[in-house]
Amino acid sequence: MSTGILEFLTVFILAGFVGIEVISAVPSILHTPLMSGSNAIHGIVLVGTILIMGDAHGAVQITLCFLAVLLATLNIVGGFVVTDRMLEMFKPKPAERPAKASDTSNDDAAGGAK
Amino acid sequence: MTLNTFIDLVYLLAAIGFILALKGLSSPKHARNGNLLGAAAAAVAVGFTFAYPSVRAHTLNLVLTLVAMVIGAAIAVPAARKVKMTAMPQMVAIFNGVGGGAAALISVVVFLIQAPGKPAVYRIAEVLFGVLVGCVSFSGSAIAFAKLQELMTGRPVTYPAQQVINAVVGVAIVSLAIGTLVTGSVPLLVATALLSLVLGVIFVLPIGGADVPVLISLLNSFTGLAVAASGFTLNNNLLIIAGTLVGASGILLTRIMSKAMGRSLANVLFSAFGSVVTATGGADGAGETRTVKTGTPEDIGVLLAYARKVVIIPGYGLAVAQAQHTARELADLLMERGVEVFYAIHPVAGRMPGHMNVLLAEANVPYEELKEMDEANPEMATTDVALVVGANDTVNPAAKNTPGSPIYGMPIINADEAEHIVFLKRSMRPGFAGIDNDLLFDDKTTLLFGDAKDTLAKLVAAVRDA
Repeated sequence: MSTGILEFLTVFILAGFVGIEVISAVPSILHTPLMSGSNAIHGIVLVGTILIMGDAHGAVQITLCFLAVLLATLNIVGGFVVTDRMLEMFKPKPAERPAKASDTSNDDAAGGAK
Repeated sequence: MTLNTFIDLVYLLAAIGFILALKGLSSPKHARNGNLLGAAAAAVAVGFTFAYPSVRAHTLNLVLTLVAMVIGAAIAVPAARKVKMTAMPQMVAIFNGVGGGAAALISVVVFLIQAPGKPAVYRIAEVLFGVLVGCVSFSGSAIAFAKLQELMTGRPVTYPAQQVINAVVGVAIVSLAIGTLVTGSVPLLVATALLSLVLGVIFVLPIGGADVPVLISLLNSFTGLAVAASGFTLNNNLLIIAGTLVGASGILLTRIMSKAMGRSLANVLFSAFGSVVTATGGADGAGETRTVKTGTPEDIGVLLAYARKVVIIPGYGLAVAQAQHTARELADLLMERGVEVFYAIHPVAGRMPGHMNVLLAEANVPYEELKEMDEANPEMATTDVALVVGANDTVNPAAKNTPGSPIYGMPIINADEAEHIVFLKRSMRPGFAGIDNDLLFDDKTTLLFGDAKDTLAKLVAAVRDA
């Protein structure tokens, strides 16, 4: 085994501890956004798919890579957008509210939320 | 500094961005900025990846990469923008699944590229791990999506010889994986990938109902680990760090969630909840013949209007009916009359832990009116009316009183301690967990059947007239 793998293992183990550490005190109201946000973060697999596409030769490899880039883009773009939409609603609200909220459709309400 | 070193430095910065993003996501104040920071870090990392000469070496490959990214973004942005907040869990499931699929494909292609020579055993092991975990996450997420989207039954699916089939698939995967390790054969790897897809399906099928969100969290963690494995295969620290962060935090989050349901993770994954449930339901027997008390919106309107303290306990029924805005209207109206009103939120109300908070935040319900279970329960004994809107299992006293019940031990909101209990329900059908709720038959309880939004609107009108 080369020293390379040991370095990567070191990074792996330390990152694991960091992962546990940073979310150990998350309140339950944020479980959904946290799940969605971490989902977006692993979308960085897109970097890997772009790199491997550069080395791909022949129809089979290139097709598989094309699919991989497509899937990874869905993951990363969709993940961050959905999380942002969710968190937009957690923005601090003004103390005084309008007496009657118009009961508009979901999208409008989300877009118009302060 | 060489170009490669420079790109590695950019990757390191992106990794720090991800750590800060995750940290931000664990507090309401910094969550949104955290997420934006994560997105920025990802964008920079992806952008600089194109600086590698190898990525730009073949024009065809480069063009295809860009085309795939454009198509992906063109699908993902509208989908993510339009999805209803109630459909959030399945959206997260599908975005997670495709990430797992991408990680598995990376591992497969790396193996194909190296195919003529036999790579070192630990190299093959990395590939195998990425393929196996990525495929399980992909097909498992697809089934979880189908369950939540109601493309198939949301209940646990059981079939004859389930354990035997699981064991056969498990043994087959292990044998194929060992075969691949020893021979470095491509067909064996492909067979392992296909069987892993099957494993994902049969792993998820028996998990149903309220357990699906916990499962999604676990699959999220799996995808993280598959991405980390791709990082090992590609010698890429950014993928290792990001994947491991998600893998580790996902497993912790999964444990926190199962704890909120009063069960162990193993119990969530392997108990086939539903089958146990039907058994206990049958043993009870008497359920069918008991009578319930139904009320008119007017009666209940008067009850609410002249109460001192009303607690609204929302559940998934409120979410599907999109009734969060109407619920708020009712609460505002009662508060104008001087009634003390707050919402009691069970940690697993909705279809995802924390889901109900997202929905009520969408309806502009201020933070202070939302009380978490531990905060709400001491107040229940002095509450005049507990208004249960589309919830069932989260107020089922069987969790406290019936040791044989499948939900025994799950913390609940003590609606049974209130002076009056009003259930707004679509029908007498049991909740997500599929068990009878004795509270429905209690003398203190009044039921109002119908879609949560309709019945709440009727109550608003009734309170106005009262």
